[in-house]
Amino acid sequence: MPAQSIWTLLSWGPDGWSDDIASGVLVTIALALATLPIGLVIGFFVAFAKQHEEPSLRLAGNIYTTVFRGLPELVTLFLFFFGMPLLLQHVVRLFNPEATIDVNSFVAGMIVLSLIFSSYASEVFLSAFRAIPKGQYEGGYAIGLSKWQTMRLVVLPQLIRIAFPGLENCWLSLLKDTSLVSVVNLAETLRQSGVAARVTKHSFLFYSVAALIFLALAVLSSIATGYILRYLGRREAR
Amino acid sequence: MSVTQAIAIDKPPPPARGWPRARILGYALVGFWVLFGAGIVAYLVYAWNAEFFARYTPAYLQGLGTTLSLVAISMVLGAALSLAVAYGRMSKNRILSGLAYCYVYFFRGTPLLVQTYLVYYGVGSFRPELETVGLWWFFREAFYCAVFAFSLNTAAYQAEILRGAIESVPRGQWEGAASLGLHKLQTLRKVVLPQAIIVALRPYGNELILMIKASAIVAIITVYDLMGNAKLAYAKSFDIQAYIWVAMVYLVMVEILRHGVEWIERRITIHLHR
Repeated sequence: MPAQSIWTLLSWGPDGWSDDIASGVLVTIALALATLPIGLVIGFFVAFAKQHEEPSLRLAGNIYTTVFRGLPELVTLFLFFFGMPLLLQHVVRLFNPEATIDVNSFVAGMIVLSLIFSSYASEVFLSAFRAIPKGQYEGGYAIGLSKWQTMRLVVLPQLIRIAFPGLENCWLSLLKDTSLVSVVNLAETLRQSGVAARVTKHSFLFYSVAALIFLALAVLSSIATGYILRYLGRREAR
Repeated sequence: MSVTQAIAIDKPPPPARGWPRARILGYALVGFWVLFGAGIVAYLVYAWNAEFFARYTPAYLQGLGTTLSLVAISMVLGAALSLAVAYGRMSKNRILSGLAYCYVYFFRGTPLLVQTYLVYYGVGSFRPELETVGLWWFFREAFYCAVFAFSLNTAAYQAEILRGAIESVPRGQWEGAASLGLHKLQTLRKVVLPQAIIVALRPYGNELILMIKASAIVAIITVYDLMGNAKLAYAKSFDIQAYIWVAMVYLVMVEILRHGVEWIERRITIHLHR
């Protein structure tokens, strides 16, 4: 047993691991926050395609969700992390035969998580789209708004309000899925805790810390979404 | 009379099927998917390697067996445990329901990967203590640890599904059964559960699919499931088709399950459709 007490191990500084783990937490949060807007935008457009009257658009959207919801997150991640460089290398070698490509694990994680997040979010958006009566569109057209204006000014504000609780769930699972990127050596919370666990041999302590951090992030998210929900509720027409 | 007849003229002709922007975009996107699929097929044909197949197919099949048994055992154990947790969640006892709430919150709020590490590396680090209790043989095996972590995790999710389904049955059903003289267990079995199953089926199906997908992470704690064998095959051959094949197997499994659940749902709600 190492002589240090757990309080030394958990302290901030050269003997403790708190600073290392804290930098990991920042990476986790950055990854989740970087994924969120991309995933939301893709998810919205996929949902838009899936409720469109044009059958080929619906088909394309449905294939997207079937593939990215059906594949395990880890398999998608590995396919991208190992497959992407191969593919890019083939393309780049056409121009520059000596080039080698390495995919940054943050970027790979971001791409994969936005694919997964968007396929789940698209289902949420789709059911929200279906909850909006046709009369809302017709009303928009009747007062002379263009298709785009109707979408932006009439449909979207209602859509966000309806979709919000579902999107909150997607966000929570996104937050948990970020831990998978530790497998491709991204120095996020779980990875940093794992390093600390291996070096100090206090595995249970440091993995518990990681679990508590994720729990704390989930609690913070639900507090934040509570505020947003109240704000959205205030703006609702009475 | 004649006026209405005069008004009832032909319907307007259907709008012409031209090439609006949406259709062009739709065809382009479907074309992209077709190209993508064809590209993968072409790659697999191009990279066809009989030796690779002869070498890794048995390992993949054995891995598939491991994955399926891991998921099956965890689902069953989790279902058993979820009964207790769901009972606790619905109990009027504050302490009991608080404990059950914390359990569910913990296991739903932390990543499954962290839970698995916590069991395999965390609990496994107390080797001397475990040896004295005689549980070391259990926590030494990565597979048992995975089953342990997965059962605890799925129990939390299944408890919520169960609770939601039972609470979706209106109170009047309980009261009606009570007035007929059925006791609580009979009511649950004969009145409430048949109605709750319809609500619970789809979430249960989703949970099963999520478990199959999540089971890929046990590859990281050295269990040779489907993903574990793919990792091994990739590490030995550096051939990306190791992952492409495994992705296809997972996709097929998930699609079969999804359609199976939809089929069962159609069957058990047949009395509700007219």
